[in-house]
Amino acid sequence: MIRRILIANRGEIAVRVMRTCERLGIETVLAASDADLDSVPARLADKVVRIGPAAPAKSYLDPEAIIAAACETNVNAIHPGYGFLSENATLVRACEKAGLIFVGATEEQLKSVGDKWRAREIAEGAGLRVIPGGFVSSPAEAERLASVIGYPLLVKAVGGGGGRGMKRVAEPSALAETVSLAMAEADAAFADSRVYLERFVGRGRHIEVQLLGDGDNVIHLGERDCSVQRRYQKIVEEAPAPVLPSQLRDGLRQAAVAFGMALRYRGLGTVEFLVDAERGTFYFLEMNARIQVEHPITEAITGIDLVAEQIAVAEGQKLRLMQDQVRFRGHAIEFRVNAEDAEHDFRPSPGTVTAARFPAGDGIRVDTHIEAGSRVPPYYDSLLAKIVVQGADRDDALARAGVALDNCRIEGVKTNIEIHRALLDDPAFIAGGVDTNWFERFHTKGHGHD
Amino acid sequence: MNLTNDDVQEILRLMDASSFDELQIETDRFKLTLRRGAHSGWTEERQTLGSTAEVVQNAAPPSAKPAIALEPGMVAVYPPLVGTFYRAPKPGAAPFVEVGSKVEEDMVIAIIETMKLMNSVRAGVRGTVVEIRAQNAEFVEQDAVLMILRAET
Repeated sequence: MIRRILIANRGEIAVRVMRTCERLGIETVLAASDADLDSVPARLADKVVRIGPAAPAKSYLDPEAIIAAACETNVNAIHPGYGFLSENATLVRACEKAGLIFVGATEEQLKSVGDKWRAREIAEGAGLRVIPGGFVSSPAEAERLASVIGYPLLVKAVGGGGGRGMKRVAEPSALAETVSLAMAEADAAFADSRVYLERFVGRGRHIEVQLLGDGDNVIHLGERDCSVQRRYQKIVEEAPAPVLPSQLRDGLRQAAVAFGMALRYRGLGTVEFLVDAERGTFYFLEMNARIQVEHPITEAITGIDLVAEQIAVAEGQKLRLMQDQVRFRGHAIEFRVNAEDAEHDFRPSPGTVTAARFPAGDGIRVDTHIEAGSRVPPYYDSLLAKIVVQGADRDDALARAGVALDNCRIEGVKTNIEIHRALLDDPAFIAGGVDTNWFERFHTKGHGHD
Repeated sequence: MNLTNDDVQEILRLMDASSFDELQIETDRFKLTLRRGAHSGWTEERQTLGSTAEVVQNAAPPSAKPAIALEPGMVAVYPPLVGTFYRAPKPGAAPFVEVGSKVEEDMVIAIIETMKLMNSVRAGVRGTVVEIRAQNAEFVEQDAVLMILRAET
């Protein structure tokens, strides 16, 4: 049983995990860097432990600092959130040694899915289709492989995920520089500079399936459509995926469960697919062996507290739900509010928040770590808040989203709220089922700048 | 005890049926203000109080940088945004430029890593690198001078 837990993360996910822990009667200790000692999560935690300087490599990305903090504060579990060390096999091994429960996948599973190339092989073994591509360790090697795959193509970090360390290359002349940059970015972010190339599928939708496993059984909690992206960073997500033939929806869910079963997966995990809706086919992209940013939309339509289930299976409990007990109700949409300046190519906008007013009421949930006076440090990602709306159906959810975004106001740092408001008026978005390039087209068209 | 989203929704259901437009709740842990939205719906503002942490304060505030005077023909290169300055595309690789390197306007001469994203720093002018002021892997503010270039005329 987990009685006291170290939350080895920051921002909104730290607040989110604490909320469930409080409900379950688990004491919370927040691991915070110097930049976060006075953050909202630090104020909400039962206890705060300083893990190092602001630079993530010396704090949130340092397994030794996390283990030391855990021992110092006498916790018996670590929740890693997403990003940082959430998929780090070294931390899992260190937890085992120290007798700590890691709220996540096993070391073996993390190694399998963390290496994107190995994950592809497992997917193929489980009968899933994958996109043509291959591994490279230098720009020269990349050029040889690229001539086989063809352009445009994607450069992806082997240790990456969630769009990090993923870049599109349109023509041969840009390949060498992009591969070098991607390798540097991968090394800085994941301490692993390996990258691979993959054919770029032009008009695909990004749909992912939420899994929950206990090491023996795996169930799915439905899918999420995350096609609204900019440079492979998700901006808006919805569940269930709109305008998707039921045959395709069933196929995705079954494929994800097959992949999870092949791993005998334990924990929360997400299998990401690229869906070619026109051809009615889909490809396995990767699995994220952790909680996702966009998990609240799944919670909204299933009524299940994913963090509570994640904690239960980490404690060694069996699944508390059978597949046929998972019911889906209504439609939910999440809007990621980021500190970024849309008028200057979405560059990050760190600073101090002077006012933060969020929508509230029926069908609205806001996950945030921001209030008036909060500092947004330049060291970490730019996510300020997730505005989640739920309706009886998609039209209802869209209507609620308009009101919710109108009632959202953040001052002191630049945000992308206006863009969210503008996309609600776009006919293609309203119709649903946009592809992953839609947002760039929508944004270039020049909405809302009058 | 903190207020959950379900608690707030329940309060707002009561408020909906009332004629009140605003409610403020204050405890020793938080202040919460609920207000009717401009057109419809509700808004919420929170202040979380009382940190239980033994806070270690050791980060000194950055000192204001003096304005720099440049000789004619010299150009200062600033970061496109605050972040960590890197001289090479990856650890162990050769730096993009050294003092004395010739640069073209569009050439990448450094990287700034901000919020986990790598941003190229371009020379901006055609010329020669005369000084590299920032240290590799140093965190730089937006007004930091990274390098001085001599522009070719």
